[in-house]
This record gives sequence, C-alpha cells and structure tokens, in this order.
Amino acid sequence: MVKVAIWGSLRSATDGAAVVEVEAKNFKEVLDALVRDYPGLEAQIERGVSMAIDGVIFKESWFAPVKPDSEVILMPLMAGG
Amino acid sequence: MALDQDQKRDFKIIGTRPLRPDGIDKVTGRAQYGADQSAPGMLWAKMLRSPHAHAKILSIDTSAADALPGVKAIITAADFGDMRKGEAMNVRDHIIAKDKALYDGHGVAAVAATSETVAKAALKLIKVDYEVLPHVTEIQAAMDPAAPVVNAGFVEENAPKGYSENVISAYDFGHGDLKAGFAKADKIVSRTLKTAATHQGYIEPHACLASLGADGRGELWCCTQGQFYIRELCASILGIEESQLRVTASEIGGGFGGKTTAFIEPVALALSRKAGHPVKMVLDREEVFKASGPTVSSEIDVKIGMTKDGRITAGEAELRYQGGAFPNMTNWLGAQCAFAAYDLEAVRANAINVLTNRPKQAAYRAPGAPMAIYAVEAVVDELCIEFGLDPLDVRLKNAARKGTKASYGPTFDDIGLVATLEAAKAHPHYNTPLGENQGRGLSCGFWFNFGGNTSVSMNINFDGTVSVTEGNPDIGGSRASISMMAAEELGIPYEKVRTIVADTNSIGQNDVTDGSRVTFAVGLATIKAARGAIKEMCKRAAQTWGIDEDAVVWEDGHAKPAGPNAGGFEPLSLAKIARKSPNTGGPISGHHEVNAEGAGVSFGVHLVDVEVDKETGFTKVLRYTVFQDAGKAIHPDYVEGQMQGGAVQGIGWALNEEYIYGEDGKLQNAGFLDYRVPVASDLPKIDTVILEIPNPGHPYGVRGVGETSIVPPLAAISNAVSHCIGVRMDELPMSPPRILKAIKNAGD
Amino acid sequence: MTKQHVTASVNGDATEFLCDAGDTLLSVLRDDLNLTGAKEGCGSGDCGACSVTMNGRLVCSCLVLAVEAEGAEITTIEGMAEGEVLHPLQRKFIEHAALQCGICTPGILVAAKSLLEKNPNPTEVEVRYWLAGNLCRCTGYDKIINAVMDAAAEMRGA
Repeated sequence: MVKVAIWGSLRSATDGAAVVEVEAKNFKEVLDALVRDYPGLEAQIERGVSMAIDGVIFKESWFAPVKPDSEVILMPLMAGG
Repeated sequence: MALDQDQKRDFKIIGTRPLRPDGIDKVTGRAQYGADQSAPGMLWAKMLRSPHAHAKILSIDTSAADALPGVKAIITAADFGDMRKGEAMNVRDHIIAKDKALYDGHGVAAVAATSETVAKAALKLIKVDYEVLPHVTEIQAAMDPAAPVVNAGFVEENAPKGYSENVISAYDFGHGDLKAGFAKADKIVSRTLKTAATHQGYIEPHACLASLGADGRGELWCCTQGQFYIRELCASILGIEESQLRVTASEIGGGFGGKTTAFIEPVALALSRKAGHPVKMVLDREEVFKASGPTVSSEIDVKIGMTKDGRITAGEAELRYQGGAFPNMTNWLGAQCAFAAYDLEAVRANAINVLTNRPKQAAYRAPGAPMAIYAVEAVVDELCIEFGLDPLDVRLKNAARKGTKASYGPTFDDIGLVATLEAAKAHPHYNTPLGENQGRGLSCGFWFNFGGNTSVSMNINFDGTVSVTEGNPDIGGSRASISMMAAEELGIPYEKVRTIVADTNSIGQNDVTDGSRVTFAVGLATIKAARGAIKEMCKRAAQTWGIDEDAVVWEDGHAKPAGPNAGGFEPLSLAKIARKSPNTGGPISGHHEVNAEGAGVSFGVHLVDVEVDKETGFTKVLRYTVFQDAGKAIHPDYVEGQMQGGAVQGIGWALNEEYIYGEDGKLQNAGFLDYRVPVASDLPKIDTVILEIPNPGHPYGVRGVGETSIVPPLAAISNAVSHCIGVRMDELPMSPPRILKAIKNAGD
Repeated sequence: MTKQHVTASVNGDATEFLCDAGDTLLSVLRDDLNLTGAKEGCGSGDCGACSVTMNGRLVCSCLVLAVEAEGAEITTIEGMAEGEVLHPLQRKFIEHAALQCGICTPGILVAAKSLLEKNPNPTEVEVRYWLAGNLCRCTGYDKIINAVMDAAAEMRGA
C-alpha cells in the first residue's frame, strides 16, 4: 500500500480525504487503483494527470516504480512554454 | 527511467564558449525561416476574419470570391470532418470558426490564390452574414451569472458554483492549517493584484509552406517549436496518417511558447489539398496579435501572515485567469507556482479558469507563473516594509530548501534558491546606495522545467567526424550545447561534431521545445547515445586487438586497454576506429530514445533599481541583475542570453505591454507601435550571475534555464516602483498613466 | 493592371524587376529577387527587421514602394560580407553570441553598419538610441551592444 496525496478540488471524490492509500507498485497501478477505489476521480484522470514520486514529476511513465514509503503527489498535467 | 546515476563533474568542453554552428547563416541572411521558402506553382493563402468579438455565423457565401480569376480554393469549417473532443479539436476550432465567431479576428474562411493581391481581393468578395451577440472580454464580466456564454460544453465536475458557464474549473493545492497559521501572524496583508494579457512578441510572424495531395501524403515547412506536435495536430485535424505527413521545422524567429501549437498549418494543408498546389500562408502582425496565442490576464487575491521577525506563518491565494474562448492549463500551473519559493506550514492556492471572447491563450515562458509570483512577492514586500525588515533577509528566512514540502506537494531535493539569495545579498548591486527618486525591488522566481519524449541519433562518420541528429528546433543556441555534450562525452574536439534538427521522418518522436527541456532532455539523450557509440567502438577495438570487450576503456577520445594485463596496444582514436569500421562490422552509431524525467526545478532572484519621474510617471530602469541556478551551464553565453532575454520580456510586461480591448470587444493595439515592447534605448546592461547547484537527474547536472528568468521581473519592478513612489502598485503594466494615478490617489 | 519596370542596383549588381505600383521594396526583394535576408516582422516600420540602405540611407523597406527604388543603390544583408570574408560586425555578432533566434540580426547588422559609417566612435547610449528602431525579443540587447562596440573599436584600428 502507498499513500497518495490528492489536491483540494478533487477531495470531493475521496470523502474529503487529502491522502488516500492504494495498492500499487508503479505509476499506472496507482492511477488504476485510484479510479477503481474512487470512481469520482475518473473524469480528472481521463483529462490527464501527472504524479510526483519522491520529488520527481512523472507525466506519463506507467512503469515508474513506487515504493510503500514513497511520497506520491497527484498533480494535474504539466507543460511549459 | 530512474534518475541518472552516472554523473560527471570534470569537464573539458562543457562550460566553455565555442562559436555557434548556425552563426554564419544567420549573420549573412542565408538562414531559412518560415516565410523564406517557395515552391513552383505555389499559391498564397489569406484568412477572412470576424470583425466581431462574438457573433453567430448565419451563412457564408463564397460564390463571388470563387469566381475571381486566380482564386483556386476556398475553405471554411465545413471542409473539416468530425473530430473527437480534445485539444486538437480546440486548436482547429480556434483557427477557424464553426457556428460562432468567438473573438475579434477569429478565422471564418480561407482563400488560396495565385498571388497575395488576388487572395486579399477575394476576401473582400466573401459575404458573411453575422448575428452579433453580446460579448465579454474581462474576467469579472465573464464570471457574472448573467454573462453571455462564450463556449459551451467545457464545465468540469469541480467547477465552482454560482457563476456563469464561463467559469469552467477550479484547481487548488496546499497543505497545513491556514486558520492556525494566520492566528500566529503579527500582521496579515490582503491584496488583489491584476495583470493584463501580453504577447510573446516574437519578431517572426507565423509562416508555413504546405503541400498535401489527395492521397494523404504531405510536406509541411513551418516555423514551430515542435514539428512532431504540428504533425500530430494536422494529421488529426485533416484525417490523415502521421507517417504520411512530413513536417520540417524551419529556423524559427522566436517562439517563447507561442509557437508550441498551430494557428495556420491545418488551414494551409487543407487549401493545398483542395487546390492541388503548394500553399504558402503567412500571418501579418495584426493577425499575430489578434489570432495567435497571447497570455492569460489575471486577478489574484493574496493573503499572507507574517510575524514581526519576518517568518511567514500562512499564505493563501485565489487566482482567476482568463485564457480566451478555450480551456487552458496555465491556471493550475499558476496556483502551483505561486508560493513555490517558500517553506510554509500553511499554504493554499486555488485557481479558477474563466472563458472570454478573446483568442485562445498559448504558453509564454513559464506559463501561469509570472503573474502568480508577482502577486505573492508584492505582498511579501509590503509586509517587509510594514515591519522594517530587509527583503532579502525575509526571503532567506522563509526560503524553500532541500527537504521543504513544496506548496504544490512534493518534497524538494537539492535546489538553488538559498544560493541565489545569498549571491544577491553579497552582490555590489544590493549594497550600492540609491539616489533621489530611486527605488530598489527584488523578487524570487521559480519554474518546474520538464523532460519529455526525446530521440537522438549519433553517427560516427568514416572520416572520424560525428553527426548528431535530433528533433528539437533551436530557439536559443541548443545545437551548440548538444554538440558540446556529444564532444565532451566522446572526448573529441567540438569542431568535429555537427548537430542538425531533423524532420519528422528522419528521427524518432520529440516533444515540443518547451518547458526548458532541450538542454536537459536532448542533452541527456545525446550523452547516452554517445555512450552507446562508445560501447560499440570499444567492442571494435577489442576485436581488432583480439581481447575481451571488458578489457577496453574509453578515455580522451580513444579506446585503450584497461590495464597492462590487457596488452600493450596503442590506443585507437575515434577517427581510426571509424575509418576501419567497414572492416570491423559496418557503420557505427549510437542512439537513445526516452521519455525523460528528473528535470530539476530552477530558482532565480532578480534585483532592479528604477527611477520614477513623478511628473510624467515614466520609469527608467537603472540597474538590473539576474541571479539564477542553471545546475550546470553547458555554454555560459547561451545561459546568460536566456537570463537577459527573459528579464527584458519581464520588464516590458511590468512597464508597458498589455492587450487593450475596447467596449466593442475589439483589440485596440494590434501592432508594435501601440503594443510597446522594450527597445535598446529603454534598457541598461542586464548583469547575470549563474549559480550551479547540479541537478541529480542529469549526467552533467543540467537544469532548464529558459523560462525562470521571466518570472521575477514583474514583482521586482513593481516592488521597486512601489518603494520609489511610496505607494503600493497592484496592477500591471505600470504605464505612466497608472503611476500618475497611483501617486495622485495617494496624495488625496 | 500593367506592371511597372524598375532598374536599380542591388548590392552592387545591376538589377531590373517588374512590380505592381503598390508593392513594397521588401516584397520585391524577398519574392522576386529571392533576397530573403530582410524580414517582414510588422509591415508598418515599427520593428526594423526589414532594414536596408537606399542611396546610403537606412530605411525600412516595408515602407518604401518598390517603384521608389528606380535608379537607386540598395544594399541588403546579403551584400555585407565579401565572398567568404565576413564584415567585422558579422564576426563580432557571432563571437559575442549577439543573436539567439537570429530573425532580427540582418536588420540590426544593416542598421549598425549604417551607424558606424556615420559615427565610427559611438558611445553605448548612441548605439542604443540608433538601434531603438530594431526590435529584438530574444537577447535583451545586451550582447548586441557589446558586439557593436567591439566591432567599432576593431574598425577604428583600436
């Protein structure tokens, strides 16, 4: 299980929880588990999310590993100019 | 892909200043930009644009225009097929209007003709029947529940309630107990700050030469920051296969984020297909201002609490961004960046996105960050004045550092903010006394920087020179930096390497040149490609000597036996191995494809001294110093160039640049006369101090540098002007009329 | 509409072209004479990217009608180097990294050359004001000023 931080406006889909725990070992498994356990998150995840894992921001790397003690922060899609 | 563990810190070429490879082409006029190519039988394209900010398009009659001799094709939105909802559809709908014109200048119909003159004449013959609708161009008016709906169907499930359908989403970030945090403060300041929309102001208007056959095979030449993304957009919009459309990026005359998407290419291709000829399409300057991608405009409410010894106890911000008639991601980027420079126990930033009858915003260097950080830094400055504290000391006291939980969530690793603040504090600029009517301001700056999909191929030519093929348009001198990294890794002179930017058929996928990603990601891929080539060259040497591959090492551009036990063989240079490569197995190359992660964040601090003429409201910038962490400066001239260029764009943004809309919803200042960008006589020298706190995610420690430098100028100059006139400025740009008004209001 | 016939000298070469009365010198240089070094940045004389000299005078070619070039001597960026030998200004621009995207570079070089012909020893302020009609969005002008001052010094034999 790993703790995932959920940003403010998404917490209506997690019963107000700022941090949820899911069973996952990589980026993709985190997203799949979030959608499964909190269906209200699906719309945002479909639109696109990034994830900071232990301080590094991943945009779409399905197999980026996640450890049980990893810091995982859900973020919206990120890009620059 | 995990962070790179194989780090190098001693360099022969990295950090030096060799001459750029495209220098001679660019100083002689030989370099080919978007509008510089022609083709036999070419037609010229022009777009008819809506004169209304918001109008139903009841009918379009092109019959008279069709009949004009020289007109070969006319298209409207009806010429495009159905598309899935998403960004590509939004791009198309922004370029050419469907049933409604959504902004002043929105494309309605496009003509291809044998000359520009005929095309322009044809536009006059197209009859469009509009039903003018009420419009909204400003944030508050657009949010009002009674506001006209600009573009229906974009409201997200978390959009705040109680507003019009133009308010489409809310994103908020932060942590901690705000109530408790504010309770600890000795003083709380709340302010609303506003910024106007600005334009990237690239000197080269959008231009392309498009050729698309009925069989779906096409060639596109265009000035772009990302030929692969243009290919993706055009293929999607035109219903053709990506492999059949070859996109070549011309030299680009500035982008800054504004050329990371499409404004003309799908139309030029569609006209070409319909007419059966190549089509050249070039925007004029008015069209660039009206119908490409300016920035958002913003209103930001900031509330910060501070103790009397300068500790920030809580920070809160509400950001309202409008980015035209389509959704953007700039709003949540702004919310994430707003407090990023600070180590806070309690912080929250919420961004809402508002649609208006304006063109669809595009990125402009660190999109969303300049205005958000402007607002926060202005209030921090106000609190410093309140308590009589040194602004740099307060920043140092509250600065984010390794181990800080960022305002947007993750915990920071090694970062350079404290180093840049300390460098600023020690610098002569900070310690020089000011004269009369002068003020000094400072601001921190921050940007994420990104990695992304990258492909590089490196070929070892038989003569011992090296060709590097990559896929990212060179907007700041990256070809030189990439050649330097290749030469450093291979151990050969810089002059032996040539790097080219290839078309979409000649190299694998590359994400757009944005997010300050090129020196980081393409550099990383180049280094890995070089390591691949080195491995192969060591193998060839091993075979030539009849020893194990493991017994060969690469040093100073040569394959060498690993130790005396491996054998007393003379080292083989890259050139020697290359010359014999036909004998030893064939051509040697290295390549690397990756979706690069681990781009390091970049912090900066800007110091500025200004003098304000209280009679005219004119602000003179006297002295400017940029401090920025580059991780590792591959080519210091180009790093300085990014720091100086971004700072000057920020100076323009702070003092003069703004989109001015009339009551009629039309853009009033769509030209360089009235959209006033900085000129040489406006400016002093821009001094630069490069800090190097290596990024653990790149083999040489590189951090992106291209964007951070536009972030601090807005607040630095606003704070300087505020100090100078003794009045807090809370709206940008601080043009002379606004400064005079602020002085007058304070006097009343 | 019958086209106008114009005879001029461009970069020292005798040149003839046909144009419409309303064509600008810029569009003729670029589209008919294939001299694409001068750029159209604004079409209204505000950015200087189209700078050329006409009878020794610095002009925005987007504001000059092509027919006005009759009998005139036009020099463009393409005439600045002599064969493979770059003008000192061109060399110094590369050395000082005084260009990033390079789109403004032809116009600035033509303008700077014109300045140094009139004033071989300008101050930094004089250079900045002379170049105020040439917009650059990439560099912040810093390295451009350095390059012009350094080229001026070299050309003075300093």
